[in-house]
This record gives sequence, C-alpha cells and structure tokens, in this order.
Amino acid sequence: MKNSKRYLNLTIALLFVFFLPATSFAAELKGKLVLTGSSTIAPLAAEIGKRFESLHPRVRVDVQTGGSSRGVADARRGLADIGTVSRALKPNEQDLLSFTLAKDGVAIIVHQSNPIKKLSNQQIIAIYQGKIKNWKTVGGNNRPITVINKAEGHSTLELFLKYFGLKNSQIKPHVIIGDNEQGIKTVAGNPNAIGYVSIGSAEYSATHNIPIKLLPMKGVPASIKNVANGTFPLSRPLNLVTKVVPRGLAKEFIDYSLSNKVHDLIQRQYFVPINP
Amino acid sequence: MILSNGNILSPSTHDRFLTGILWCFSLLASLILGLILFFLVYNSLPVLWDIGISKFFLDSSWHPSEALFNLTPMLVGSLLIMLGAILLAAPLGIVSAIFCRFYAPKVIAVFYQSLIELLSGIPSVVYGFWGLVTLVPLIQKVNPPGTSLLAGIIVLALMILPTVSLIADATFANLPKEYFQGAAGLSLSRFTLLTQIILPASKSGLLTSVILAAGRAIGETMAILMICGNIAQIPDSLFSPVRTLTANIALEMAYAMGNHRSALFVSGLLLMVIIFALVSLAHRAGKGSVYA
Repeated sequence: MKNSKRYLNLTIALLFVFFLPATSFAAELKGKLVLTGSSTIAPLAAEIGKRFESLHPRVRVDVQTGGSSRGVADARRGLADIGTVSRALKPNEQDLLSFTLAKDGVAIIVHQSNPIKKLSNQQIIAIYQGKIKNWKTVGGNNRPITVINKAEGHSTLELFLKYFGLKNSQIKPHVIIGDNEQGIKTVAGNPNAIGYVSIGSAEYSATHNIPIKLLPMKGVPASIKNVANGTFPLSRPLNLVTKVVPRGLAKEFIDYSLSNKVHDLIQRQYFVPINP
Repeated sequence: MILSNGNILSPSTHDRFLTGILWCFSLLASLILGLILFFLVYNSLPVLWDIGISKFFLDSSWHPSEALFNLTPMLVGSLLIMLGAILLAAPLGIVSAIFCRFYAPKVIAVFYQSLIELLSGIPSVVYGFWGLVTLVPLIQKVNPPGTSLLAGIIVLALMILPTVSLIADATFANLPKEYFQGAAGLSLSRFTLLTQIILPASKSGLLTSVILAAGRAIGETMAILMICGNIAQIPDSLFSPVRTLTANIALEMAYAMGNHRSALFVSGLLLMVIIFALVSLAHRAGKGSVYA
C-alpha cells in the first residue's frame, strides 16, 4: 500500500515536470475568438480554427457567416474579433486592416456539351444584358441561352458586376441562385445555361464527372493555378480584417492563418494559397 | 367539465388551479405570436419610415442594392403559385379521398391511405431536389429555362395533395351515419348519395382542407427556391421564372444589410397578412359546417 502511494506521488511529480512547461505555454493563449463574414471563407476559417484549437486547447474559435458586408460591419463595430471579407476592401473601408489569406477566382461555366470554346468580355456582357439571346450568335448551337445570376449580397455577384462594369438591374437573368453548389447543379442540368461560380468549386465539380465546362477569360484558362500566379483576371482576395492592429489571440490566429501550415487546408477548400 | 363552468357557485380548488394553468399556457402561446408580430414590425419599421409604403408597390423593380424595393412581383408570384397548386391539388385530393372512402376495396383503401400519409411526410427539400433534377430538365426541353412557375405549381401541388386528401377524408368520416342509412333506405345509387348528400354536407370541411393547404403552399420555401428560378418579375407565362416572398427572404437574408434587410422583413410582414387572411377565411368556412 505504502509503496503504491509513493509511486503515485512520483508519477504526479513527473507529470508536473513534463507538462508544466506545456500548460504554462497554453495558458498564454486562452479565450474565445469570433470570426464573422463571408460565406466563402467560413468553411476554410472553421478548418483553420479547428487546427488552431487543437494546438491551443484553451482557445475557442467561433466562425459565423453573413456575407462580406457583415464581416466589415462586425469588425468595425467590434462584434467580431476578425471579419472575413472575400473581396478587396472598398475605398470607404480603408479604416480596417486586411490580411490576405488566399485567393479565389470566379469562373464562367457552361454545360459540357456546349460547343462554345471561349467568350469575349463584350459577348458575356451582351449575354447577361439579354442582348444576345441565342448561342448561335456567338458561334454555338441554335438554342436560347439560359442566364444564371446570383442573389443580391453575394460577393461573387459583386466581383462579377464590378469586373464587367455592370449594374445588377441591367442583368436580365432567367434563374437566380443562392450558393455555388446550386449554380453548378443548375448548369449541369441545363445544356443551354451560362453561369458563374467560385473557381475552386467549379474545378472540383468539372474534374468529378459533373458535366460543366470552365470558359477561359481573355485567353487565360480558368484554373486554380492561374489564380495563384495572378494571371487570371476574374479573381478576388480572401481577407481577414481587423479594426485595430491585432494583438494577443487575434494576432496569433492571423499569423497562423497566413503561415504555410494551413496550405493544405486552403487547397482542400479549392482556394489558392499565396503566402510563402 | 361541468364543475369548471362559471355558473357553479363554489368551484373546487382543483378546478381553480387547472384554470390558472390553462390561462398561463394560452397566454404564453398568444404572447409568442404577439412577439413574432412585434419583431417583424419592429424590424420593418426603419425602411417603412425611411422610404414609405408606396415604394414597395410602385418602384420599377426589386434591386435593393440600388434602392429599388418593388415587392409586387414576389406577391404576385406567391399568389400565382399558390392558386395554381390549389387548382391542381384540390380536385385531385378530394377525388382521391372519395375513392379511398367510398369506392376502393378495404385492402386497397388502407394501403392507399398510408401511401398518402407517407407522401405528406416527405421533407420539402426532397421534393425540391426531385424537381431540380427531373422536372426542371423536362420542362426545359419544352420551353427553356425550365425553372418556372409551372415547375413550382407542379411540385407544390404534390406537396399539398396529402393535406387536402387527409382532411377531406376526415370530413367524410365525420358525416353522421344517418345520412348513409337514409340513403340506403331510399335505395339511392352510390353516385346520387355522393353528389346529392355527401359532397353538399361536407362542403365546409372540404373548403377548410383547401384553405389549410393554401396556407402550407404560401409558406413553402426550400423546394420553391430550388425550382422556380427566383427572378423578381411578374410572369408572362407558365414557363416564366418567378420569385415568391418566402424565397426572397431565404435567398437574401444572410447577406442583407440596412434597408435591404428591413425590406426583407416587410416581405415577411406581407406573408403574415396573407396567412392571416387565409386563416380567417378558414374560420368562416368552418362556421358554416353542417355537423359542427
């Protein structure tokens, strides 16, 4: 009995020796970190958050969606420690600090059976304005075009409109969709449709037997590679934004997110890592 | 039962206790409704103050980011889909209930009944998915783009068919036995019994079933969102895409800020008004009941 008690004491002492440094390290980082904003970034931020939590057991990372505009608003009002914004900051948002986590491209997609090889910017604009109504006009089959647009508020829509210099009220769509997945399903089910979605989800679907095709922009093939090297024109940065210079937990999290330790997570979400 | 009546001079303490609890719970239930209404109005107010009610019906289109807030297309879309679905589902549902109760052999009737019950249990997103991968491509071949008012009407009709059928069946089941005995005594044919006695006698019950189904139709969101195309326009044919009030909220709520967000609450308020109208209609239809 006495012996076993002594062993127990010894074990406890050893445990302290081995784990004390670890616990004191973890004690430096504790608390809850709230990220809100872009629904594009949310899954990635959640994955990074999980890995960050496993490194620092006393930290909780809470990721919420609501769109890039919410990311900006929440970071500004201090409702979130970090806002997530899937576009470059607007001129009136320069009061915030941004850290580019990765890049995302927007790909124009059509059905795989569509013989169209490429479309010029003018043609895309005319199609979306309803001035070109038939694929025949741009060298395709004699079939009416089904134009797919995104619902208001999505940053994909904002990026698309800004790039082509359009206003949403000028677009004459036949279908309005919510998320990327719905857009891909709609195009896959309609041989005459044209739409636009995040390049990561488009490339994933196109290589996984879903009958869609990504069109090149200005001669640059729509691919993750070309977004990474900056040649693909229709792309956007995925930003973490803060109101003040990040300190403590927020700084640790941002440093970790910008490191190459999360490249595999970024690639798994079909985004493009840019930080060395 | 009788003791709790207010005419009794000295109700027992148990009854008082029970009455108190019932009061509390019914108050709570109505309070929740009141809070929802308050929440809707409170969140709609900013935009109503800011731009007034008329803009929701007179603006040129629905483009909230460009401060255009016309809700009429969504209102028309919701009502058209509801009416279309009712026109399809009401006759089908009532006829299937008649078949089930008066014509089908017992075995088939029981089987058929459980089939209808199963139909009512399928989640709406499954109907939506079926619509998107099967129905929409079919319509698309006839008249593109396929995502259309018609697709919405068909899928919604399928979804409310069980509601109509089950309530109609319950109405028939509640008819007094004497009607049937009298009809048998007069040796009326089954067809005469049906058209001259059963249908007139269950008129109000059938009307209630249709109105309740309409309530379900107007509130449906997920399936409609997937198959109707969601274009905020007044449709010019069955093949035009439409957006309903519910889809409008579901599509844009996650991303809406400021007046845009408020305007979506106005959509919700409009939906409440429609539902309120339907419920009071159902109430009035129920009052005319022969057997109630």
